[in-house]
Amino acid sequence: MSAREALSRVLAVAWKDLLTERRTKAGFNGVVFMSATTLLMFGFALGPDPAAIRTAAVGMLWLTVLLSGALAFNRSYELEAEAGAFDALLMYPGGRWAIFAGKLLANLAFVLLVEAITVPLAAVLYDLPVLAPLPGLITVLLLGTIGFVTLGTYYAAMASRVRAREVLLPLLLFPMLVPLLVAAVGATKAVLVGDPMGHGAGWIKLIAAFDIIFLVGTFMTFEYVVGE
Amino acid sequence: MLRGANLTVWPGEVVAILGRNGSGKTTLLRIIATLLRPTRGTAVVLGLDLARDGDAVRRRVALLGHTNAIYPDLTAAENLGFALRMLGRPADRAVIESALGAVGLHGEADTRVRGFSAGMQRRLALARVGLLDPGLLLLDEPYSSLDPEGAELVTARIARMRDAGGSAMVVTHDVVRARRIADRVVALDGGRVVPCGPNDYPFNGDATELSALGGEG
Amino acid sequence: MVESQSPDRVTDVSTAPARVVWVFAILAILAATQAFGFLTSPPDRDMGHLQKIMYVHVPAAWSAFLAFVVVLVASVLYLWKRDDRYDLLAASAAEVAAVLTALTIALGSIWGRPTWGVWWTWDPRLTSTAILLIIIVGYLALRGFVDEPERRARWSAAVGILGALNVPIVYMSVRWWRTLHQPQSSPSTVDPAYAWGLRLNAIAFLLVMIYLVRARYRAARLERIPEMAAEREALSGSVKDV
Repeated sequence: MSAREALSRVLAVAWKDLLTERRTKAGFNGVVFMSATTLLMFGFALGPDPAAIRTAAVGMLWLTVLLSGALAFNRSYELEAEAGAFDALLMYPGGRWAIFAGKLLANLAFVLLVEAITVPLAAVLYDLPVLAPLPGLITVLLLGTIGFVTLGTYYAAMASRVRAREVLLPLLLFPMLVPLLVAAVGATKAVLVGDPMGHGAGWIKLIAAFDIIFLVGTFMTFEYVVGE
Repeated sequence: MLRGANLTVWPGEVVAILGRNGSGKTTLLRIIATLLRPTRGTAVVLGLDLARDGDAVRRRVALLGHTNAIYPDLTAAENLGFALRMLGRPADRAVIESALGAVGLHGEADTRVRGFSAGMQRRLALARVGLLDPGLLLLDEPYSSLDPEGAELVTARIARMRDAGGSAMVVTHDVVRARRIADRVVALDGGRVVPCGPNDYPFNGDATELSALGGEG
Repeated sequence: MVESQSPDRVTDVSTAPARVVWVFAILAILAATQAFGFLTSPPDRDMGHLQKIMYVHVPAAWSAFLAFVVVLVASVLYLWKRDDRYDLLAASAAEVAAVLTALTIALGSIWGRPTWGVWWTWDPRLTSTAILLIIIVGYLALRGFVDEPERRARWSAAVGILGALNVPIVYMSVRWWRTLHQPQSSPSTVDPAYAWGLRLNAIAFLLVMIYLVRARYRAARLERIPEMAAEREALSGSVKDV
């Protein structure tokens, strides 16, 4: 299998998943609604004190992204199950990693689009200054989302095929995301509210290391998750 | 669950597999298709070892399972285009149109599959498998939900396979049809292969052999 | 730890009397090393006798960490060799890791109450240990949700490997996040008066861990016997040629 063929397969899977999502919109609308609701609920939980909300805003934003984004991953495989296409998908020649890569790309696009709505909404609700530090903010969001979506897409390949899929995915996924959450909140705070201690770069490096380690780990073991 | 099935399929031969529900027919096909790993025993498909050469086997084996592997929110043409790209080929509109024409779905290329009847979806699934050029064709209940005309398409596909020197294994409940399309009919009983027709075929070449297979499912 | 006997021999890997001897021997060693730690160390300047919780807390944490390493190694070996026994070993080590991690957290909390005045503090090691506990519980939950043994083995091996990869990352990230804690206890950082007690108790805990993993492993093999027997029965029947 040439590199061009492999790339074509990766893009075919991503295109197919995104096209289906664009036509049904079932997942996207639900996840955006969920994230808007979560942002509001966090605000109510903290009470009407603007200072308390602003202090916790970055953490609440990332939690909202993780909690609502996680709803998307099982869907990615349920699509195959509904079409009865799992076997056919596995029988196409070439490495099964291409299937994972395609679904990963589609989920990445999906979650980034959700963020494109969630982050401005959070900026308004929590009074976050997002416009001036936009390039830095986008870098952190992108890096953090890559790690999140990598593990989410990977664990959903298992969780979506057991009885208690709604329970199992968060149980497997969220504890694994703790380092990412800690680093992403640290880096986002450094970008948005200033970085007097100079921790921002360290946090971004940690996110990048997390992404690389788990991209390698998931790509190397995906064959075992879906294979025979 | 298969319990020590032993079966050899020769090139140019069509074998029909009968058997009660739960007798292991689907398991057998899934093992040959590299979708299940036999717990014991060996399987050689077209001269290739299943356990070692899974990817090479997948390039030579096509499976029409009892699910259609058709995405309901894509159009017929998009479904076939996806399959072509997954096979490493360009999604050529002319190839897609002719594949759809071959299964009697002219003019449905840009219709979303969700609106198709069960028989039309089965035809589209057949068109998808028709894109492949396998050495071994595995068909699991290929006639289900097809009208007589659609059933003829399946039979013709099997005949083309035989003429090209390939093999086919067809799981079916239809004994009469099995005798008509197949060179040999076997049955799976209690997970074992039992003959139910003429056997001892003097063929040479890369055979598909299974012996003492155990599989989950 | 992985015996090479055939599945038939699994029942007599160790006879009942020998097992009882093992239990008592290990308990005796543990009691002796605990007594040694108690008797040889002077009360701590600040903590007094509270310090002696270290002889359980720290070795439990070390053994838990070792059990994680066993999960990782056995998971990698399973995917490589596809031998059921590595899967059962990984599962057994994971169960023991869960118990030891929970013990570590409980003891840390008991120690923290009089020392810091709270049962729980967002201290890096306490927090990262809690996350490890959740990761290992997730691993065990996955095993519970998948019925088919071969798929369960593949999936849990993958989850075990990724979970183990995350252990150092969790620890580092949480440490950067919150750096108010005293340095880690090890024989080289604690007062020499406590070092030998710590070392000996670490060995005793290692024995306890090995014993527990072995016992769980043996039980897991016994649970697999009916499945294996069914498989053998299925495959030994006369194979009819066609």
